[in-house]
Amino acid sequence: MRGIRDKVAIVGMGCTQFGELWDKSHKDLIVDACYEAYEDAGIEPKDIQMAWYGSRESGFTGTQLSSALKLEYIPISRVENFCAGGTDTFRNACYGVASGACDIALACGVEKCKDHYGGFNMDILDQFDRSMVEWELPPASQFAELATRYFHHYGLSFDEGKRILGQIAVKNHHNGTISPKAQFHREITLEQALNAPMIAYPLGLFDACGVSDGSAAAIITTPEIAKGMRQDYILVKGLALTNGAGQAVLQSDYDFIHIPETVTAGQAAYQEAGIENPRQEIDVAIVHDCFTITELLIYEDLGFSPRGKGPADVEAGTFTLEGELPVNTDGGLKCFGHPLSASGLRMIYEVYKQLQGKAGPRQVADAAVGLTHNVGGINGFFNCTVAVFGRAD
Amino acid sequence: MIGITSYGAYLPLWRLSREAIAKGAGGEKAVCNFDEDSITMAAAAAIDCLGEADRETVDSLFFASTTSPYKEKLGAATVAMAADLRRDTDTADFAHSLRAGTSALKSAVDAVKAGSAKKVLVVAADCRLGIPGTAFEQNLGDGAGALMVGDTDVIATIESSYSVSDEIMDVWRADGDTFVRSWEDRFAATHGYLEVMKEAVSGLLKKTGLSPQDLAKVVFYSPDARRYTELAKALGFDAKTQMQDPMVGVMGNTGAAQSIMLLVAALEEAKAGDRILLASYGNGSDAFVLKVTDQITKFGTRRGMKAHLSSKRVIDDYKQYLVWRGILPIEPRKETVAFFSAPALWRERDANLRLQGSKCKVCGTIQYPPQRVCTKCHSKDQFEPYRMSDKKAKIFTFSMDYITFPMTDHPSVTATIDFEGGGRMLCYMTDRDPGQIKPEMPVEMSFRKLYSKDGISSYFWKAIPART
Repeated sequence: MRGIRDKVAIVGMGCTQFGELWDKSHKDLIVDACYEAYEDAGIEPKDIQMAWYGSRESGFTGTQLSSALKLEYIPISRVENFCAGGTDTFRNACYGVASGACDIALACGVEKCKDHYGGFNMDILDQFDRSMVEWELPPASQFAELATRYFHHYGLSFDEGKRILGQIAVKNHHNGTISPKAQFHREITLEQALNAPMIAYPLGLFDACGVSDGSAAAIITTPEIAKGMRQDYILVKGLALTNGAGQAVLQSDYDFIHIPETVTAGQAAYQEAGIENPRQEIDVAIVHDCFTITELLIYEDLGFSPRGKGPADVEAGTFTLEGELPVNTDGGLKCFGHPLSASGLRMIYEVYKQLQGKAGPRQVADAAVGLTHNVGGINGFFNCTVAVFGRAD
Repeated sequence: MIGITSYGAYLPLWRLSREAIAKGAGGEKAVCNFDEDSITMAAAAAIDCLGEADRETVDSLFFASTTSPYKEKLGAATVAMAADLRRDTDTADFAHSLRAGTSALKSAVDAVKAGSAKKVLVVAADCRLGIPGTAFEQNLGDGAGALMVGDTDVIATIESSYSVSDEIMDVWRADGDTFVRSWEDRFAATHGYLEVMKEAVSGLLKKTGLSPQDLAKVVFYSPDARRYTELAKALGFDAKTQMQDPMVGVMGNTGAAQSIMLLVAALEEAKAGDRILLASYGNGSDAFVLKVTDQITKFGTRRGMKAHLSSKRVIDDYKQYLVWRGILPIEPRKETVAFFSAPALWRERDANLRLQGSKCKVCGTIQYPPQRVCTKCHSKDQFEPYRMSDKKAKIFTFSMDYITFPMTDHPSVTATIDFEGGGRMLCYMTDRDPGQIKPEMPVEMSFRKLYSKDGISSYFWKAIPART
């Protein structure tokens, strides 16, 4: 396998404000994100040769994108892969460019979660089982099962476990305060996190990410073309996607203290990118903290922390802005918000800015290698993407 | 020799204290949880009655209830699926009368007598509603009873029966009514219950040549906690020694199931050679004489009435009860979602209703829901059906959701459970105490109603704390 490493470059990106954007439609958000990306890349809409459109519950088919942007008679595919949809949209565009099918491609993810009551389209079950007898799938319940078992497995009391998770929320809230496009800009204390109302035991309000509207977009081309467009283009080093096959509910040895989809996607992306020691080689990681427990598991699943040692690294401040490996410098899903299919591209946007040295107060010094990670779905049925990026120099 | 070969019962875990309904009212009544109805209770009683029996041997299932969720659609078919009975089981509903339970029993005896069936499972369940504030509301309780009728290993032969049919408006529920209605109690008791029951019991005694003192136990339907004593006295039975307590004080009047459930209670205490008289009521009466055989000493254990009566949790929140019964509305879902697909319900009926998993013939891995390709060895279409509903399990992990719909049972507990003997399942928990749930906790499966919309209900299995 030749892989995607150094085959494609990002030359422009855009990202809207995330939040409860009652006055904007999904097409407004598409226009805002894509025109920022055009401007950043220095291209015209007519330069786009192919496009991929990510949406879970905000419009079907590629015509949502073409009609918003007036991209006339070019091929556009809609991509849906739950919360990993944004990165998967990007991934498809990369393969389009790498294959030589096109020179310049657009990847755009958007979501209008807040058009749905409560922020999340409730018919998740329907996607799995039309006889409506299987579990309903509130995401909080799903990820809470991981927290319950993690605490049990490692002998953490409820209070001990919650203090670890709470510190992750405090970190991401702090990062959110210096992330202008994020949904939340408010510091919280550990006590606030611990005293918050229970959402899905053992997870409370501050263990859960924001549910939001937003859009993000990327312009992708070959490194050869990129060189003629800008000096600080960003190279794709590794791109991996893995999907579960129902193991969590079918196999009694599935342990609920790690997410195998994350482990395998991480391994594949590291191999492609040539990363051997992720903790040392990665400078900044933007990961899928849909719930604080998810971020804790990701530390271990992506090899940032040894198994069972994530809590110790949290206590040591390893993943804060000043720490050894800053994670979720832009506030993460927790504070930037989570418009499902836009999130992956938002994460790439942050890594892109970090590697260009344009992340302002969030800037990680000399960031040269960045990682993004998404995990969507339910236990046993996760779709997980891991992407690694590097500077051209 | 035709008679009862096994029995079973079901009472919901929950008891509503009558004090919660009306200050000073005594005792409690059994009430369905929000996800139970006559079909789910009937399934539980049927499974209790089946015990370790080979389910392939059951020829017929008769379901008796005045509160079947459907006017047009067979309840017995759903119960037979939950009990994992044969495809060619003869199923029938007995309805519209508090006598439905004993009507089904009579038909079962006749079927075995005629040779059209060897084993007939009779199951009766009811969950009637009284208008809030009425004596009915205090008296009516929810429950189910089951009897297996056959001609081998009989624990109580049915020696004789006698029936009376009677036209009277004493207690009724018209099409479309939610609550039970009745005429003035004095009239209903005098010309209904007392007069008709006397006629049926006297007729039976005359037919059999038995006198009151020949009976070890007398089981009378009773609309409330005390009316049966009046009847016993009038017929010459000793209320202290001969009468089966109708248990209205501890479980309420369980309608069409009451006579069956009380017979189960009587059988639990019976000795070989005992004669039991059973008389039901509802626009007439069915009266039976049963004789307990030596086989009763070899009869295995069932949860029956005793274990179900002692396994309970009391709710003292009347509002909660009204929500469970749908009398008080709860916040509905806001989004209109695509809901049931009848083809999908039909296609998945073995997996959903029988809780049938699959066991890989190549590597032995048990999987639920049933798979085409083995999760472990990846063999294709090498499976045999495997029943999960009767297996004990333990919680592997769980969560408790405080914000999801439906709001009836917060927190909504989902658990990943591992079955004894293999197999794992992600399911809801019900009848649970949120403070008591932890990994490794033993659970068992209970047939419940999951969702209802447009008259379609999805029945499925949930985990409950092992009921002891």
